Amino acid sequence: MDGTYILYKFILASAILLISLLVAMYSTLLERKVAAFFQDRLGPNRAGIFGIFQPLADGLKLFFKEEFMPGDADKFLYILGPSLTMMIALLTSAVIPWGNSLVIGGAEYSLQVADVNVGVLYVFAILSIGVYGIMIGGWASNNKYALIGAVRAASQMISYELAMSMTIIAIVMMSGSLSLKDMVEQQHGMNWNVWYQPLGFLIFLVCAFAECNRSPFDLPECETELIGGYHTEYSSMKLGFYLFAEYINMFISSAMIATLFFGGYNFPFMDDLHLSHNVITIIGSLVFFVKIAFFVFFFMWVRWTLPRFRYDQLMRLGWKSLLPLAIVNMIITGLVIMIKHHL
Amino acid sequence: MIFSKYLFFILSFIAIYAALKVLISKKPMHSVLYLTLTFFAIGGHYILLNAQFLAVVHIIVYAGAIMVLFIYTVMLLNLNIQGEFPKSRLAKFASAIAGGILLFTLIAVFRSYDLKVLADPSLNQIGLVKNLGKILFQDYYLPFELSSILFLAAMVGAVMLGKKDIY
Amino acid sequence: MPNLQIIPLDYYIIFCSALFAIGVVGVLVKRNALVIFMSIELMLNSANLLLAAFSAYRNDPAGQIFVFFIMVVAAAEVAIGLALLVMIYRSTHTIDINVLNKLKW
Repeated sequence: MDGTYILYKFILASAILLISLLVAMYSTLLERKVAAFFQDRLGPNRAGIFGIFQPLADGLKLFFKEEFMPGDADKFLYILGPSLTMMIALLTSAVIPWGNSLVIGGAEYSLQVADVNVGVLYVFAILSIGVYGIMIGGWASNNKYALIGAVRAASQMISYELAMSMTIIAIVMMSGSLSLKDMVEQQHGMNWNVWYQPLGFLIFLVCAFAECNRSPFDLPECETELIGGYHTEYSSMKLGFYLFAEYINMFISSAMIATLFFGGYNFPFMDDLHLSHNVITIIGSLVFFVKIAFFVFFFMWVRWTLPRFRYDQLMRLGWKSLLPLAIVNMIITGLVIMIKHHL
Repeated sequence: MIFSKYLFFILSFIAIYAALKVLISKKPMHSVLYLTLTFFAIGGHYILLNAQFLAVVHIIVYAGAIMVLFIYTVMLLNLNIQGEFPKSRLAKFASAIAGGILLFTLIAVFRSYDLKVLADPSLNQIGLVKNLGKILFQDYYLPFELSSILFLAAMVGAVMLGKKDIY
Repeated sequence: MPNLQIIPLDYYIIFCSALFAIGVVGVLVKRNALVIFMSIELMLNSANLLLAAFSAYRNDPAGQIFVFFIMVVAAAEVAIGLALLVMIYRSTHTIDINVLNKLKW
């Protein structure tokens, strides 16, 4: 059993890694297409049909750009920054249940790399170390704009992490388990958490925008004030890594939203179809990706619709609105659970 | 389980190497990052002990909160320009010897006890969230509440200290 | 029953003592208040790991609960300590502990 099991996990992990990278790659194209749509333009359409090879062209362009390193930069940390950002962005995908299990030849293969029983805490941990890449990169560039960008990014992420964790705690209280797999199982059919936690969902969504440094909260890299923020001094593929990690973060955040609030791979009437387990699993995974795609689109929709916040507004929103709301949400959830328990 | 022994040695080596580098590094930023590496290695040790809850909390609290605060302080204070304040060679030598003697004493003290191993840590279930949660909220409920008050006090204190115009 | 397969408890003792000693040397050697602070964190951590190791090897969850509380105290301590450090830097423009030898400035 051990040999095939390890081989299977290896294949699954590689597949998920590849899918994450592929989705992130095509999100860049989608981003440009969506931007074009919102601005009544056509968008990239020269490389292949509908610009389908545009991400490859972009990547190639980044590779052939001149590699530049500031003279006073801390060489090692300058390279470590983008690498760390990329690595941490990919780490979360290990605990997300991408689908139910497949039964092949009597053996059950789960479509989740690691069903750790501290799954949600693992996500918290990855969230909390997400600032390192940006801070190290911004500091090592030895540039005041990069430094300000890094400090902004770090304070923004730390502030919004709190409210985000509080909303997840409310969900943990509901499900009674820290394993993401159990949480998804409990949202079977249409029994999604978003019906019970609408406020929590809204808070989580806003916080996800802030955690990904996406517009309207893209103050760490806001061009009008800070040139490029923490990646001002970066060029070539190192810059590519930073930009790319943002899209991976977006993809993973969408996957987390879909997992926690929209039932993951569950879809309505899944029991009434009377299909075999494997077919249901495959349809479920596809449905999961449709949900993710919707939220990725939503991220872009918001980016090209809303203007950027001011930094003090961002902090006020995080600390004075979202955090108290998240605490109230948590207390109400606890009260309801207690009342239901005593009835 | 031979594998976990190798893992122990690798993690210990990383932890001790990074801990030494914390002291050797000239720039405070490097010290902070090496200390973070030490903390990650210690987190790995917690996983080896099958203390999953502690491992994750350790990463969240130390790597995610405390070390980020340190990096923040280094960034805000602009310490690299200041550089480092070297101590005299004699002081360094003396403290190294003092540290060595301390290590020797500590190991000697611990070794003089006959420490019985009662359980196999890799099979032990006490480190799981469920068990620790039950004990924390039954036997240690009052300390838990008190620690939250401590946190509140620390938070208020930090905000007060951070304010520029309190005088 | 001494099981030869598991890591001996002594290894943890030696490792944690070494980390603790490094922390002590750091406090003695360094003059930068920030690095001294970090050395203290290192000492706390070595104690934590040893507590967790004893707890796991002797089947007593109290040790792990204690580690949890030590982490809480460490977090509070760092928040206050770094705030103090920033305050000191603001008024003296240094964090060299040899300069900070008065109670008032």
